[in-house]
Amino acid sequence: MRGSHVIGEAATRAGCRFYAGYPITPQNELPEYLSKRFAELEDATFIQAESELAAINMVMGASMAGVRAMTSSSSPGISLKQEGISYMAGTELPAVVVNVMRGGPGLGNIAPSQQDYFQATRGGGHGGYRTIVLAPHSGQELVTLTMKAFDLADRYRLPVVLLGDGLMGQMMEPVTFPDPIDPATLPRKDWVLGGAKGRGGHLLASLLLDPSKMEQHNWKLARKYAAIRERETEHESYLLDDAVLAVVAFGTAARIAKGAVNRVRKAGLKAGLFRPVTLWPFPERQLRALTPRLKHILVFEMNLGQMVEDVKLSIGEQATVHFYGRPGGIVSTPHEIAEAITKLCYRYDLG
Amino acid sequence: MAKQVFKRPKSLKENVFHYCPGCGHSIIHRLVAEVIDELGIRERTVGVPPAGCAVLAYNYLDVDMGEAPHGRAVAVATGIKRARPDLVVFTYQGDGDIAAIGTAETVHAANRGERLTVIFVNNGVYGMTGGQMAPTTILGQTTTTTPGGRIALRDGYPLDLSQMLAVAAGSVYIERTSVTSPKNIMKTKKAIKKAFQVQMDDLGFALVEVLSPCPTNWKLSPVDACKWVDEEVVKSYPLKVIKDTTQSDG
Amino acid sequence: MGMTKTIFSGFGGQGVLMMGYVLASSGMHEDKHVTYLPSYGAEVRGGTANCTITVSDEPIASPVASFPDFAVLMNTPSLVRFEGKVKAGGTIFLNDDLVELKPKRLDIAVLRVPVNTIADRLGHARGANMVMIGAFVQKTGLVSLKSVIKSVKEIFATKGAKVHKMNTLALKEGAAFVRAGGESEL
Repeated sequence: MRGSHVIGEAATRAGCRFYAGYPITPQNELPEYLSKRFAELEDATFIQAESELAAINMVMGASMAGVRAMTSSSSPGISLKQEGISYMAGTELPAVVVNVMRGGPGLGNIAPSQQDYFQATRGGGHGGYRTIVLAPHSGQELVTLTMKAFDLADRYRLPVVLLGDGLMGQMMEPVTFPDPIDPATLPRKDWVLGGAKGRGGHLLASLLLDPSKMEQHNWKLARKYAAIRERETEHESYLLDDAVLAVVAFGTAARIAKGAVNRVRKAGLKAGLFRPVTLWPFPERQLRALTPRLKHILVFEMNLGQMVEDVKLSIGEQATVHFYGRPGGIVSTPHEIAEAITKLCYRYDLG
Repeated sequence: MAKQVFKRPKSLKENVFHYCPGCGHSIIHRLVAEVIDELGIRERTVGVPPAGCAVLAYNYLDVDMGEAPHGRAVAVATGIKRARPDLVVFTYQGDGDIAAIGTAETVHAANRGERLTVIFVNNGVYGMTGGQMAPTTILGQTTTTTPGGRIALRDGYPLDLSQMLAVAAGSVYIERTSVTSPKNIMKTKKAIKKAFQVQMDDLGFALVEVLSPCPTNWKLSPVDACKWVDEEVVKSYPLKVIKDTTQSDG
Repeated sequence: MGMTKTIFSGFGGQGVLMMGYVLASSGMHEDKHVTYLPSYGAEVRGGTANCTITVSDEPIASPVASFPDFAVLMNTPSLVRFEGKVKAGGTIFLNDDLVELKPKRLDIAVLRVPVNTIADRLGHARGANMVMIGAFVQKTGLVSLKSVIKSVKEIFATKGAKVHKMNTLALKEGAAFVRAGGESEL
């Protein structure tokens, strides 16, 4: 199954029953899949919206009504959606937002890239909020992380971003799906807009004109984000136990880096891979724990250096951080990354 | 014992309206609340207020309310209604909200025939931000951004959104009313009731445009503001049923 | 067998992505690890299309090929683009009917298959890619011809019995061409 179809099927099985989106390459296969899949379900809604703005706001409405809802787009479209994402963060509404990243800035191109790391992990819109950001690196992980995204969104009442690229979206790999979840069995949400039956009206809003109330609300969000940092970081360690150099990479880049690590291992160089699965919260402590034993870290990204800042913040002066990146949709080969690793090993005499 | 002949609708909270003296919002809020009560739908109604003066509508209307970003009310309402078709969903939007920043959302919701009730309050200015020109500002009207009056060559023409929406195949009922006299207020209430009924009957998109005075930003007394609506504003926006296909078959 | 990477390339309409898909599906049927990585977007329309298939006994680290073991090149631009990338000791498969240039490298094997001629002879002009994939699996042994026939039948399940029969014939003819010695040059 194609990656974008996998996301659609996993979302459906997670109990997602509302999708609104606007066409943009390279993610069109996802809405196309869902338009067909949702037509088979009585309780599901698919809307091709008139714009990214409309799409994200429809998702907000569906979320207010208590339904698991999703939208998807690619970089320029995600910029447009930031309005709604900020409002949902402020109003504490769950939703899943898929970003199939492409080269940028501006219209850019449609090739795979990781140029939206900053945008995704720093909230992306106005108002100093956070979204949980998940970065799948395989077909099977598209299944698990898509489904997990809906759970996290509901548990913490915030938008969760699934950050991939065209390579992830187009690639086919065999996957297995868990049984579908019946939306009726999901935990009840007592805050939704469903008609004020025997009670006063519920209000879902992000407007708090009174600064002291706004401050209270911001502190509440901050406590929530702290709890997420505490509990929800996820990463993969690959051949790190005896490693003298760690490559840090996520998503597609991590996949390529794994190939590179295998290559240099065959040549006798002890390299390993640290792969953040959650980009926000970033697995800071887990990465720091590798140091000071590891003196050198090579960050590989399909951009000109964004996650590398989080790596540096995580480890401080405990190790030297190197960077290798190609922007603009260039897909590096494992050989290319293996060369970068090898050069570092020679230069710093890392056995 | 005196008989109570006038009481607060159940769907209206006991808060004192914050709106300026002579503002139409308080009247229209009350009409919406009365209609919701009369149709007996308070427990299954969800409202979507806009950005602008009426953003605080939820302080007064005692139904479930979900706030939308500026201009996106019908998109949010579409999400709510499609996710929960059993609910009665209305938006309450000003002219800048619905006819400038939210034009695309509104046109397409109408065109899809979304089962929504839209209350469109047209007072010809951006009230909350201090009285700037709105898309509906009439030619010659002075605002803080058209100090010498709106000039078509520079500022464009007043936009008749309701007329535009009438062209959309999915809209079934569009009427323009005002709240400048008891008679007009009763007409407005009737129109609002019908716009809710259209949704409950699953017919399509329904909208009531209410010409509403904004004495503060127009720099007129409440009485003169009503007079201005009756004498000037209606020339650009005549009061009438703009579209009604509720009786036609299919 | 370890891990084997193959690039399929040609122009749009030659069924290049389909060849890759068939190989990946066949690998999956044999419980191998597979990845199918197509080029996508503007390139697909009219220009060159290509895809990278990895078939492996072990989990696949990178779906991206640094140096593919095999390259199946259906037109001249594909040869120009990918000849230099193939691993030393690897094999390239050329569409003999369309590729005019001769490969320059001496450290790779070359198998020329007149896929259009064979497909035309069978009365199945659109099956040239099937002829090629038949020849490919016969030569490489990456997956069995039986798995390929099964995959193709599944992929074209909505088509009629006649299409299935013609595809099977084309696959077998491609394989037979290689068994008969083919037109191999070194």
